[in-house]
Amino acid sequence: MLQVVCIKQVADTETRVKVAADGRTLDPGGVTWILNPYDEFALEQALRIRESAGAGEVVVISLGGPGVPTTLRNALALGADRAIHLKTDGGPTDPLQVARALAAELKTPPLDSARLLWFGKQAVDDGACQVAPMVAELLGHPCVTVVAAMELEGEQALLEREVEGGREVVEVTLPAVLAADKGLNEPRYASLKGIMAAKKKPLEEKPITLPAPSLEVLSLALPPARAPGRIVGQGAAAVPELVRVLREEAKVI
Amino acid sequence: MAILVFVEQRNGQVRSVAREALGEAVRLAASLGGPVVGVCAAASDPGLARLGEAGASEILLAAHPAFHRYEPAGYAQAVAAAVERVKPSVVLFPASSMGRDLAPRVAARLGVGLAADCTALAVEDGRVVATRPVYAGKAFQRVAFTTAPALVSLRPKMFAPAPAQNGGTPPVTPLAVDYDSATARSTVRELKTTSAGKADLTEAEIIVSGGRGLQGPEHFDLIESLAEALGATVGASRAVVDAGWRPHEDQVGQTGKTVSPKLYVAVAISGAVQHLAGMSSSRCIVAINKDPEAPIFKVADFGLVGDAFEVVPALIEAVKALNRA
Repeated sequence: MLQVVCIKQVADTETRVKVAADGRTLDPGGVTWILNPYDEFALEQALRIRESAGAGEVVVISLGGPGVPTTLRNALALGADRAIHLKTDGGPTDPLQVARALAAELKTPPLDSARLLWFGKQAVDDGACQVAPMVAELLGHPCVTVVAAMELEGEQALLEREVEGGREVVEVTLPAVLAADKGLNEPRYASLKGIMAAKKKPLEEKPITLPAPSLEVLSLALPPARAPGRIVGQGAAAVPELVRVLREEAKVI
Repeated sequence: MAILVFVEQRNGQVRSVAREALGEAVRLAASLGGPVVGVCAAASDPGLARLGEAGASEILLAAHPAFHRYEPAGYAQAVAAAVERVKPSVVLFPASSMGRDLAPRVAARLGVGLAADCTALAVEDGRVVATRPVYAGKAFQRVAFTTAPALVSLRPKMFAPAPAQNGGTPPVTPLAVDYDSATARSTVRELKTTSAGKADLTEAEIIVSGGRGLQGPEHFDLIESLAEALGATVGASRAVVDAGWRPHEDQVGQTGKTVSPKLYVAVAISGAVQHLAGMSSSRCIVAINKDPEAPIFKVADFGLVGDAFEVVPALIEAVKALNRA
């Protein structure tokens, strides 16, 4: 079975955000670039499915600028078989642009025969949660987002997706688009052997022209600083004062 | 031009996020003009006429037996049909579990842009400008649309419902949707309830979160008791979730949930950057930590320096006394 995992290179979650001189994008100075954390769960699940089947191929694909191959190599080191880099100039993109470019690639043989198309439930940079359902819609596939548990039997998959106060149990017929949540599995670390092997695995670079944007970013700014707070006191003795300020000043209890 | 609002229902109940979206639609209509029209996909009318007081002047109801539960393809078809009929300038969705799944499908179907999880909307020079958090709230982006209609999903708890209006009873108009559920390749088989009666973190008014300073999962009963006294939902830091003390559903932060309650109580949480990102849009933040240098105190409105094992039991008793009063 062919599976495709769509991954994104993002700024590390420990990044302290600085706005670039254009006033619209992240200043890349000093930023560590990582594989989007939720994509790790997607890749891990694809690898486990391949391993339990004892056959199949896992292709990772990522859209972005010249730095993206580092993250693709990382995915190859974790166990993906080959990688495709949809190369752009690295400028900003909106979710529909990305979804359209990915869908075009996913419609092309041999990727059009993939049975499972994986994503992370969201990217930790723009947090849009859009590309997976958009790709599903553009390909006419069913899609389940926020997948926290999965059972696969032949062409049927039973998935649990987290919703407010519970979980929906969803049954889908393959081919399907799935977006993984944390908790789906425990992702592996790359082994030294995997890192060495990754250097020899195929990584195909495909320059693309992005479709027209649908959103225009006007500005990026840091949130207004919160007004400085105050320490109401030390230890259990300060509890009455805490309760008083919450009730009388903040009026929240 | 009209403003269209997706009216989310679950189990035949209109959810509060629908009223929040209608409230914002009323505010937008003051600048953009046009009626506020709702569209609801359901098995039968979940009492839509009551949404007149929330600001709707008409509701389109796409009724189908399969719409008893969330049916992504069918719901997307219903909203697209409503867009076709109403020709709105803006379509609002809640950024709930359902809205986050549905809105991108509708956007792809219509070939238009979607600004997701927005925390504020404005009309500037006649066009809609959406403010949305990026890097889990460490920064905010303002975006405009180059396509129409403008699709927007709204973060729960950030938008006030419209004050109850004497707007009368809006007509509930059937919306014909030619949907064959037999062709659906995905079906919701079951809805398992995990936290009966408790608000989800993303929609909670009050959250009490615990961190690694609690020393072990067995001490989370302190957090549970405080949450119960306050009528709050329990949250957790990443350290606690990664250690397996709490399920991932409870995690607040950049790789968990971003929350905006009116009161957030952080107990024994030091305040890693990624946690602060997820909760700093809370209206009032209380930190209880024995380390006076903990970064959590930098974002807290009210800090209490002390040992959680001493402070929390006293706080529980004080809140209970208040509840009895």
